[in-house]
Amino acid sequence: MQIDLRTVSIKPLRNTFDHLARRFGDKPASRYQEGSYDIQAAENLHYRPTWDPDQQLYDTGITRIVMADWYALKDPRQFYYSTYTLARARQQDTAEANFAFVDSRGLAGMLPDELREIALKLLVPLRHAAWGANQNNTLICGYGYATVFTQPCMYQAMDNLGIAQYLSRLGLLLGDTEALEAGKEAWLHGAAWQPLRRYVEDTLVLRDPFELFVAQNVALDGLLYPLVYESIVDDWMSARGASAVAMLTQFMSDWYGETRKWVDAVLKTAAAESEHNRAVLREWISAWSARAAAALVPVAELALGTEADDAVGEQVAALSARVAKTGISL
Amino acid sequence: MDMKTEKKTLNLKERYRLLTRDLGWEPSYRSADEVFPYVKYEGIKVHDWGKWEDPFRLTMDAYWKYQAEKERKFYAIVDAHAQNNGHLNITDARYLSALKLFLQAISPGEYAAGKGFARVGREFPGVGTQVACQMQALDEIRHAQTQIHALSNYNKYYDGFHAFADARDRIWYTSVARSFFDDAMSAGPFEFMIAIGFSFEYVLTNLLFVPFMSGAAYNGDMATVTFGFSAQSDEARHMTLGLECIKFMLEQDPDNLPIVQGWIDKWFWRGFRVLGLVSTMMDYMLPKRVMSWREAWEIYGVENGGALFRDLARYGVRPPKGWDDAEKAIDHMSHQIMLGLYQWSFGTSFHSWIPSDDDMEWLAKKYPTTFDKYYRPRWNHIKKLAAAGTPFKNFGLAKLCQCCQLPVVFTEPDDPTLLCNRETVYEGEKYHFCSDGCQQVFENEPEKYVQAWLPMPQLFQMFDGDVAAWMDWVSLRDGHDNGDYDGSRDQQNFQQWRGLATSNQ
Repeated sequence: MQIDLRTVSIKPLRNTFDHLARRFGDKPASRYQEGSYDIQAAENLHYRPTWDPDQQLYDTGITRIVMADWYALKDPRQFYYSTYTLARARQQDTAEANFAFVDSRGLAGMLPDELREIALKLLVPLRHAAWGANQNNTLICGYGYATVFTQPCMYQAMDNLGIAQYLSRLGLLLGDTEALEAGKEAWLHGAAWQPLRRYVEDTLVLRDPFELFVAQNVALDGLLYPLVYESIVDDWMSARGASAVAMLTQFMSDWYGETRKWVDAVLKTAAAESEHNRAVLREWISAWSARAAAALVPVAELALGTEADDAVGEQVAALSARVAKTGISL
Repeated sequence: MDMKTEKKTLNLKERYRLLTRDLGWEPSYRSADEVFPYVKYEGIKVHDWGKWEDPFRLTMDAYWKYQAEKERKFYAIVDAHAQNNGHLNITDARYLSALKLFLQAISPGEYAAGKGFARVGREFPGVGTQVACQMQALDEIRHAQTQIHALSNYNKYYDGFHAFADARDRIWYTSVARSFFDDAMSAGPFEFMIAIGFSFEYVLTNLLFVPFMSGAAYNGDMATVTFGFSAQSDEARHMTLGLECIKFMLEQDPDNLPIVQGWIDKWFWRGFRVLGLVSTMMDYMLPKRVMSWREAWEIYGVENGGALFRDLARYGVRPPKGWDDAEKAIDHMSHQIMLGLYQWSFGTSFHSWIPSDDDMEWLAKKYPTTFDKYYRPRWNHIKKLAAAGTPFKNFGLAKLCQCCQLPVVFTEPDDPTLLCNRETVYEGEKYHFCSDGCQQVFENEPEKYVQAWLPMPQLFQMFDGDVAAWMDWVSLRDGHDNGDYDGSRDQQNFQQWRGLATSNQ
């Protein structure tokens, strides 16, 4: 039997805020909408930045991408702060349990030496690449236009930091502080890492937020994550008895599966806006993904040796197919 | 390899260093100047970013975990508040004017601070500094969103909330706060940190948050007080960051002192003017008042601020230049601003009112040297006009200060009977200021402040003085959002709904 509790019923005067009613009609708005649409100042900005007087404080002109309405670039996950932190809190619970499991069962010690070495050589220097990604997404959030586009970049930046920290913990667990020192040395001076470090440093000087979005989140991470975490760790290493490593990188695999949906949605909306945008995106994705692929070959070689070329080639083909679905043929 | 090597035990500081600072590196394919282009032009000298002391050591996993816990609690209470008509538990719907002002003027500032911290979280070359700023960027997004979410339910039942996004960019009084945040964001990264991280978060935040959130608690506003409690631990982190940042600048090079002192002077005064709106809220807008603005200033300004500047004296920092003028203004400012808001209430998206006899008794007691002498007579005069059916309305153009953007309503620091008005001629144009403090800010950087967007002239330039067209443009619904609280729709609805909820009529 259902019992309806009686409450004092008062008819509301209105359903939502004016700016949301203009966008979505006169109906109750979701918390994502309330927290994301039109909350950045847009008009009557008071002063030009002293750090670059050619720009406005919030400026759509600092990127080559042109949008009639930047709030079209919505996040299909509808992440606002609360849903974002709740999602990551659950994932960090799992990650924590995985680290504890590997540690308490002594699984790290049971790894074949050769595979542990590979895991350390391949994964630990990537914490610096993840820090580069953090820098880039922070910049997109800071200088990009419209909250629906920029807030997920802040979330992405903090995820990048979280990933860098998980990779550091993996290094400490499998190889103690020496592993972090060796990883940094390899990142700075090891031949295998220089093309990738050069790539990252070249992105650190980009100031077009959308180009940076492409160079980091589409081109580099679109190749690096499936290559490293899916092909190498989850498949190649697990098949050789190192599934403990895959437990330590589950966060990265799950995270990539989730965030790529957002990245694709942004590309798709921007490309659908105009032929101009599509052409710019094609140019950026082609140029940056070619460079990223070349930079990742010597990295993949650390695990795959002579198979690295093919493995990277597969990912390049997969990325092309993925990008084609967003309406951009390379 | 030995499978059972003992791992080194890392202390918290060392572990945190490895998990954050050690992630960064000196670029060699590109120059540091290319990667961090804005870090030198302000003249602040930093010799060693490694000397930065991490003000808190929070890794991302811990951040997600703690914050998610807080979010769960916050939304559970806000949901319950909405579901159970929590808005009927407030002392009186007059209280909502404070919330309306907050949503239109302060919440957008939280969001702007988030953008600003994302920028400096990228522009500073030190990893420790960057991470701390990035976390604050994330927190500020949180604060903007939780404030909107906490107040969203009030919007469904009361006027004045519905157009906060339009008001932020177009209405006149919000440009006090907007110009403050725009000013900080258009400054370089170090000045931004002094403006927001130090002056706003450290010196002034207590004067904003404590009275505001206590005001919410005193007036039965569960939604806002929950936001306040939930934000408190974030604010504690932000204050620590602000203080660390200023100490870092001062310790890095003695040449930084005069630059930093100039910014402290400027941002104290800018912040003090923004707080003018808070003083009015505390003294006039809360039906049940927590303490007077004067009492809050004694605790959070004189005591806390005094202790802070005594602490900073070892770096050669002296209290902000405008401190004495601020002290002289304390007993006047809330009255002067409320009188202004009342006479221009046709153009505010919140209600104001003539204080009741009880209110005036309270004000007289809290301001024994000023209220009866200077302000009660004015209120009595206004009351007489209202009783005669000719309420005092000023449709004239409020002259706004070119710097703080408040109407020029303040008096001379040493003569409360004389309106303070300063002028500076710059490149043939005359600019007006409300105070010496604001005039000095302008004169130090005139090329910046001549750009200020002044909302009042807009009324004339764009709408040729057509007030109705201007109201449309700022999305102000005449007769509902504005004017006197007495007789307003908010007042009628609140009384009627409360009657439904508390009686059997």
